[in-house]
Amino acid sequence: MLPPVFGVLFDGIAYGMLLFVLSVGLSVTLGLMNFVNLAHCAFAMIGGYVTAILVNSYGWPFLATLPISFLAAGAASVVLERLFYRRLYRSTDLDQVLLTIGLAFISVAVAAYFFTTNQQPIETPSFLRGSIEFLGLNFARYRLFLIVVALIVTILLVLGLEYTRFGAMVRASVDNQRMARGLGIDVDRTFALTFALGCGLAGLGGGLAIDIVGLDPNFAFNFLVFVLIVVSVGGLGSIAGSFFAAMLIGVSDIAGKYYFPEYGAFMIYFVMVAVLMWKPTGLFGKR
Amino acid sequence: MATSTQPVTPQLWLRQQCRWHPLEIVFWLSTLLPFFLFPNYLSLASQIAITAMFALSLDLILGYAGVVSLGHAAFFGIGAYGAGLFSIHVWGEPFTGLLFGGLIAGIAGYITSFIVARFRHLTLIMITLGIGLMAHEIANKAHSLTGGSDGLQGVKIQPLFGVFKFDLYGYVAYSYSLAALFIAFLAVRRIVNSPFGLALRGIRENWTRMPAIGADRPAHIRKAYTIAAVLAGFAGAILTQTTQSAALESISFGRSADVLVMLVLGGAGRLYGGLIGATIFMVARDQFSGIAPQYWYFWIGVLLIVVVMFMPNGILGGLSYIYARWRRK
Amino acid sequence: MTAALTTAGLNKKFGSLVVANNINITLPQGVRYALIGPNGAGKTTLINLMTGMLAPDQGEITLGGETITTLPPQQRVQRGLARTFQINTLFPGLNALEAVTLAINEREKVSGQFWKNVGGYSAIIDEAHAILKRLRLGDACYQQTREMPYGRQRLLEIALALATRPKVLLLDEPAAGVPQEESGEVFEAVAGLSSDLTLLFIEHDMHVVFRFASHIIVLVGGAIFAEGPPSEISQHPGVREVYLGKRKHG
Repeated sequence: MLPPVFGVLFDGIAYGMLLFVLSVGLSVTLGLMNFVNLAHCAFAMIGGYVTAILVNSYGWPFLATLPISFLAAGAASVVLERLFYRRLYRSTDLDQVLLTIGLAFISVAVAAYFFTTNQQPIETPSFLRGSIEFLGLNFARYRLFLIVVALIVTILLVLGLEYTRFGAMVRASVDNQRMARGLGIDVDRTFALTFALGCGLAGLGGGLAIDIVGLDPNFAFNFLVFVLIVVSVGGLGSIAGSFFAAMLIGVSDIAGKYYFPEYGAFMIYFVMVAVLMWKPTGLFGKR
Repeated sequence: MATSTQPVTPQLWLRQQCRWHPLEIVFWLSTLLPFFLFPNYLSLASQIAITAMFALSLDLILGYAGVVSLGHAAFFGIGAYGAGLFSIHVWGEPFTGLLFGGLIAGIAGYITSFIVARFRHLTLIMITLGIGLMAHEIANKAHSLTGGSDGLQGVKIQPLFGVFKFDLYGYVAYSYSLAALFIAFLAVRRIVNSPFGLALRGIRENWTRMPAIGADRPAHIRKAYTIAAVLAGFAGAILTQTTQSAALESISFGRSADVLVMLVLGGAGRLYGGLIGATIFMVARDQFSGIAPQYWYFWIGVLLIVVVMFMPNGILGGLSYIYARWRRK
Repeated sequence: MTAALTTAGLNKKFGSLVVANNINITLPQGVRYALIGPNGAGKTTLINLMTGMLAPDQGEITLGGETITTLPPQQRVQRGLARTFQINTLFPGLNALEAVTLAINEREKVSGQFWKNVGGYSAIIDEAHAILKRLRLGDACYQQTREMPYGRQRLLEIALALATRPKVLLLDEPAAGVPQEESGEVFEAVAGLSSDLTLLFIEHDMHVVFRFASHIIVLVGGAIFAEGPPSEISQHPGVREVYLGKRKHG
């Protein structure tokens, strides 16, 4: 028989995996361009709504909607990158914060206009419902699925970054932008592509998140805080950093709520401020 | 405006930079207009004055020292709850309650300033956001003290000077908050024109050069942050006193974001930026109060994008640019 | 007599790259030394180590006999060690008068003063104006720094350092980026500085180095390669090869 702490740990890890998929794109784009994108979760929300609409209104199977949510969020990011982000690459943090908060505000309003402010429930396929009993503890199937998907994403990302030409360009640009430009790497183009990929992953995360945390227009802001915490705790531009930070935050949040419900979300804010006090560039940050 | 002839001495030139402009006098006289022209809107006018004071306090750190904060509502809220609790547990005399609100906000600001002064860029944004969210979470969870999401119940404020009751029409409320705003404005005006104000602008203009000219940059930032926290606390305290209540909204992320929007809209780093921005923001919100809040934020979002893309120095920056071009012709 | 500035066994590595390797330098009072070396030799890094913008891995730095190795940059400035930057590091939105006044305010410890008008400190402003006039910036002192011509911005770099009333001044390529015909003006200004001031300057132009320096330190690959008076350095075969020779081709 396993003690309940394993159940908490399992839920925390599953939640952390979700946070990782949501935030890894922001981490890489921040590492690349230092672009503070507070609209990141708006892209996740796009993915969420694509999944919800396709499942609920068009009867698509849940799994088939996930690639579409990835593509839709990625496509939206390409448009917005061209229109707005591109012009502010070299602006101050404050300008970037203001622009992207503005975009996030707009996304909330647009979502409310088309889909009302109600929660969007979603029907997951039967094989993802219920739970598996193992040594006296129940493990939700959906959370297991989440962990598997996140691990696949992580492996693909790490392999892509290590072994493809594009990955090498991204690594070079994160490492030393001036040097990368000197070597003839088109850093702006690399950024635009990475940005699309990162936002696409956020969209995938948005689709995956519905079953765990629900979906309403405030998603763009409610999750932003978690994502930013993961990114700053993990360190900019570091996939491993985001991964461990997401686990740390996911487990602290679930454990905090389970063992000290009276302190609410206090736990993760405390973890964040403590980590940043100790290591201002995050656990795996270089700069 | 400064005369076109070269001033006699550098001392005179520096003094000229902070002389009262006739337009400023017009501005402050016009703040008295609501008493005569819009007597039904005095409560709104009072809210505007309070918000303007809050924006002024953010201007000191963000506009002048260039220290971005996404959690400034923490100090506003601490002042608001502080003044409310003071009226419940000590007594309802407003001036002491006001001082108490500013004092505890200042203490909180002083303590957190040691963290804030060390960072910049994303880390600073995250740290200030984290501090703001923690303050909100504490206010939310400390139900027995703050009333949590129900708001603080039982705030009772005695009449000003024992004579002027806070009435429904807002005469006293507006007089009180306007007087406080004016005094706060005079104080900030002195601060930005002092050697300390020059040092803050130095930090904004070049963060790395400051230590190289012998400046203790963290000490300057700590001081500015504490002063800004006290001012924000005063603004929060006045909100509690004039509305006889304190709500969780006063310490929320929304309030931090709103005040940032107002300041940037009006023009950060200018004394009147926050004042003008707060006025436009609050009047617009009142006029469009019929529409649901999420649509209100749609327009705020559009406005933010327009300001960032086309008016980098806010409304006042745009106006002074037009004025400078017009003069050159 | 104690030396104005010394470094003893200064070491610094970035990862596996050695940027300072056992640097021992002594600057006697009132000298004018030049620091030369090919690009990437660690010249600016050495200034960063001396002024506290980087922390050395090992070694000791003294200023006027006092150990300053662990002091933060601003305290070294307050004790009389000032520097300029190779890339303009100015206050774009302040004018020259305000910038120099700010530096003097910091030195005189009045910059925490938040109630009196900045124009009320008459003696400080007179001094600021005098420094600017000495560097021929007097007539441009109300112009915003970002609108000043580049050459004048280089002079303002020096003015800001002088405003801290340094005992030792480290100049990182004071005429960097200034057209040849104007760089003389910058070095005339440097030459006109008080003879009590101890100077160490980085410079690439050998004519300037031989004209203004009494002593030359050659840095190669983070280590001191040669050191001596100009006549000796100009004849030093190794230096000719690694440095002077290279420049002739480049």
